[in-house]
Amino acid sequence: MRARSQPGRSIAAHAILIAYTLIALFPVWVIVINSFKSRRAIFAQPLAIPTPETWDLVGYTTVLENGDFFGYFLNSLTVTVASLFFVLLFGAMAAFALSEYRFRGNMLVGLYLALGIMIPIRLGTVAILQMMVAAGLVNTLTALILVYTAQGLPLAVFILSEFMRNVSDDLKNAGRMDGLSEYAIFFRLVLPLVRPAMATVAVFTMIPIWNDLWFPLILAPSEDTKTITLGSQVFIGQFVTNWNAVLAALSLAIVPVLILYLIFSRQLIRGITAGAVK
Amino acid sequence: MGSLELRNVTKVFGKTEIIKGIDLSVKDGEFVVFVGPSGCGKSTLLRMIAGLEDVTSGAVVLDGQDVTAVAPAKRGIAMVFQSYALYPHLTVRDNMGLALRQAGAPRSEIAQAVGRASAMLALDPYLERRPAELSGGQRQRVAIGRAIVRTPSLFLFDEPLSNLDAALRVATRIEIARLHRELGATMIYVTHDQVEAMTLADRIVVLRAGQVEQVGRPMELYNDPANTFVAGFIGSPRMNFLKGAALGESADTVGVRPEHLAISRQGNAIPGTVSHVEKLGGETLVYVRSEVHGLLTVRLFGEQDFSVDEAVQLTPEPPRSLRFDAAGRRLR
Ligand SMILES: Nc1ncnc2c1ncn2[C@@H]1O[C@H](COP(=O)(O)OP(=O)(O)OP(=O)(O)O)[C@@H](O)[C@H]1O
Ligand SMILES: [Mg+2]
Repeated sequence: MRARSQPGRSIAAHAILIAYTLIALFPVWVIVINSFKSRRAIFAQPLAIPTPETWDLVGYTTVLENGDFFGYFLNSLTVTVASLFFVLLFGAMAAFALSEYRFRGNMLVGLYLALGIMIPIRLGTVAILQMMVAAGLVNTLTALILVYTAQGLPLAVFILSEFMRNVSDDLKNAGRMDGLSEYAIFFRLVLPLVRPAMATVAVFTMIPIWNDLWFPLILAPSEDTKTITLGSQVFIGQFVTNWNAVLAALSLAIVPVLILYLIFSRQLIRGITAGAVK
Repeated sequence: MGSLELRNVTKVFGKTEIIKGIDLSVKDGEFVVFVGPSGCGKSTLLRMIAGLEDVTSGAVVLDGQDVTAVAPAKRGIAMVFQSYALYPHLTVRDNMGLALRQAGAPRSEIAQAVGRASAMLALDPYLERRPAELSGGQRQRVAIGRAIVRTPSLFLFDEPLSNLDAALRVATRIEIARLHRELGATMIYVTHDQVEAMTLADRIVVLRAGQVEQVGRPMELYNDPANTFVAGFIGSPRMNFLKGAALGESADTVGVRPEHLAISRQGNAIPGTVSHVEKLGGETLVYVRSEVHGLLTVRLFGEQDFSVDEAVQLTPEPPRSLRFDAAGRRLR
């Protein structure tokens, strides 16, 4: 049923949404416009858009000359994409097992896996560092990927198993009658049907990983393994901060997440509203 | 080739026994219908035959071979589900062909089998569509087509028509009867619908709480039920159960079908008052409340005029009355 549109309510709703969008985008906007301005202009008129007089790409040139910025970029991308891949793969597999098969301790395993949602992984930093040292993984991207995979799995398992429970049993059984293996049922029937949920999980997993400073700083601070968030920190000094460079680095860092987000967002919207409209 | 034998099969979920030891044998080419109240285990039993649910104890025997531990796809069984369960991302053609492709059949053979099934079910115009682009009736025909393509020796149907509207249900029911004649395959069919059960079945299996109450041809169950449960379950409207003592009978309960209860305005049989009248055109159902026996149903041919609160007399036709003991067992 569709309510007759009431202009008053619809305008109010849009006004609220637009206001929220503006507030949310404001910091991003300020970062991006200031990254194109000279240092003086940043402090003189932080909200002004760049004019021919204030236009200055010194931030970007500093970033590109100083340190292996492209390398940091690649590190971030590698870590994010690999972690995302493992979170989605293992999360979906665990969710499938929990939702599809009856076995002793099913509930307990499910609860145990969900526990990670409530306990921040950073509490275990010291133990993780000791483990990584023992395994010789300090200053490798593998260390970060392992930690982020562990960090992302609880929420992924929780959300995906909820969605997978809603996939029709008859459909899976029809697949079994037709001779599909359990793997084929998982990959070819169930995964396509929970794609919106996968996209939701992907976005929720990806952004904290991309933005994380904590684990790169502790587990992989070497020049070769720096992520972009960590790499940008060289411009923030104890006494002097190179704002041009910081802003330029941040602006550049937005681009890849934005692209990944756009890829997932169409699915994401379907995921959030799934079930609302049958 | 499609005989089935269940040997004392049971199913336990957690601690509850859902199927309590069922023995049944189905001959090749037979059409057997499972009926029973909701939750009695019909679907569970069907899934056990298909191999989708493992058997807690007992054996499933197909064509003399014990298949209890055989995977569903290797049993030569096809199943049609209530919710159609078509693969949403595949076209009708691929939906129907998938099983053969999984079994590694050559392309030409798959195309031929799909063509034959689609001709049989008039699905040719829809072969390139996806399930979302079909009506409910068409989807159910595709689901049946998908079963036919594999030329199984045993078909299982789990309430295949319950999502269709009345007219489509009749048409598809006739279609299934025709398929059974043409293919000569064994079919096991679960339904809630009296008419489907009576018209399609060679034999009906009445289940209650995981046990077989009675097995027999439709008219056998209708005219000669073994107990009050079967007598009440088969036939619509339901059989009337009168108190034997009040009729001067030795039996505890006397069962009389609504059409075997005569109604008149005078006499001194069973007095009662009309509480409701349903006129269906071809027949009239009169609900009569009796002091002693409770609410009774009378089925009359044609259009009859009775008004609510009218005092009437009911007379059972003695030869058509069935007598039951206190435990509900039939006295013969
Ligand atoms: N996976 C399961 N775990 C526990 N109990 C189950 C499970 N599946 C079914 N049951 C129980 O088994 C009983 C029989 O279920 P089943 O689906 O076979 O009934 P049914 O006769 O097909 O009913 P309906 O006519 O409503 O389809 C029900 O009481 C149900 O609660
Ligand atoms: Mg059922």
